[in-house]
Amino acid sequence: MSTAKQEKEPLFSPKNKKLLTSPINLNNPITVQVLGICSALAVTAKLKPAFVMAVSVVVVTALANVIISMLRNGIPPRIRIIVQLVVIAALVILVDQVLKAFVYDVSKQLSVFVGLIITNCIIMGRLEAFAMGNKVWPSLLDGIGNGLGYGLILLIVGFVRELFGSGTLWGYNVIPAGAFEIGYMNNGFMILPPMALIIVGIIIWIQRSKNPELFEEN
Amino acid sequence: MYSNAYIFRYASIMVILVAAVLSAAAMLLKPLQQRNEAVDKMQSILSAAGIHDVAAEDAIRIFNENITNMIVIDNKGNVVDDYTGEGKEKSRAFRINLKDELYKKSQNRDFELAMYVINLNGELIYIIPLRGVGLWGPVWGNIALKDDFNTVVGVTFGHKSETPGLGAEIETPIFEDQFPGKTLFDEQGTFKSIRVIKGGVANLPSAAQLHAVDAITGGTITSNGVGDMLKNVLESYEPYFKNQG
Repeated sequence: MSTAKQEKEPLFSPKNKKLLTSPINLNNPITVQVLGICSALAVTAKLKPAFVMAVSVVVVTALANVIISMLRNGIPPRIRIIVQLVVIAALVILVDQVLKAFVYDVSKQLSVFVGLIITNCIIMGRLEAFAMGNKVWPSLLDGIGNGLGYGLILLIVGFVRELFGSGTLWGYNVIPAGAFEIGYMNNGFMILPPMALIIVGIIIWIQRSKNPELFEEN
Repeated sequence: MYSNAYIFRYASIMVILVAAVLSAAAMLLKPLQQRNEAVDKMQSILSAAGIHDVAAEDAIRIFNENITNMIVIDNKGNVVDDYTGEGKEKSRAFRINLKDELYKKSQNRDFELAMYVINLNGELIYIIPLRGVGLWGPVWGNIALKDDFNTVVGVTFGHKSETPGLGAEIETPIFEDQFPGKTLFDEQGTFKSIRVIKGGVANLPSAAQLHAVDAITGGTITSNGVGDMLKNVLESYEPYFKNQG
């Protein structure tokens, strides 16, 4: 009896906590694994769509991981990729429908990019690499962790691009009108996708210089 | 190892389950989605007539308070339907699919068009929905005319996927604010539409300036698309305008 209790792992054991936190920094899907860059460029011109995209991806990665983890012993290996795709596609369509019903203006801005969550390789990567071989609870944490790691980078990039590109944050003006009178200008380049790539590059640079573990040997 | 029969069973059941879940979600959320689309359309119509920044929650109420008539006309200029009651979002004019009607027009078949009448401080304003093609996808909008069916009160444009910073500028005030005061007909009563031109309206002869606005730099195809949309849609209303005048 007592031994059985000891064997049972607590819900937030150090190992499980690490599943949640490591994708946010040391194993970040965007800056370390360099996955999901396409959508990171597309939706980060403003903070609000970036936030909704981040939340959507957290929901989809978490639920897809849970579902695949629950099914993992019954999925025939030969069609496992198809099963994973069906699960992801179904969840993404659900998210898209819900956005259209409850936050129509944001859904209009995101337009095709919600559908493109299906092609976000982070999700499929986590299913194949983690959920296929782990229990439900660790898979949920891993999904949330990776979604958050992706979302965090999206929010940072969205913050910088909206602040310097449009002079607003979350749609509200934050640059005082006086600054424009003395010659301050919004940087139109920030609105364009290449600038997102450059900002992601700067984030990677800062992250690597702070974390010696990430140094690559040449 | 899994047998082929198992794989087939697994795939079939999975597909049927997923289809059932998705259909259920689509059916449950449909009323909300349609309401959002209607609200979006109303906001755009009201904005063309000069009632800007209507909150989504108030849109249906404000729309019904301000709009007096929902008119459907045919391509010969006859009024087919004139709805003045409550619940204007359910009227025939509101439900007309402009894309389908313009397709019928391109096939030389009979078609119907919508027009919304608003009474703003005692002045009747006629709002006409627009639809055309830009560079990457559809462009649309609304144009509001005075009761002379000639002078523009205001416009709003929208687009699906025009290039940000270039074609997408058609929905900014910089572009839209050029339209108020322009006219569709010249002094002889010939239909001129409003052209979206390169080279500057200021360089045109003064009579032509009333029928043109400046295009967007770097957005030539979108600008042309807007010009073609205005001409294509508004010329269909010419018989009606003539009947009224």
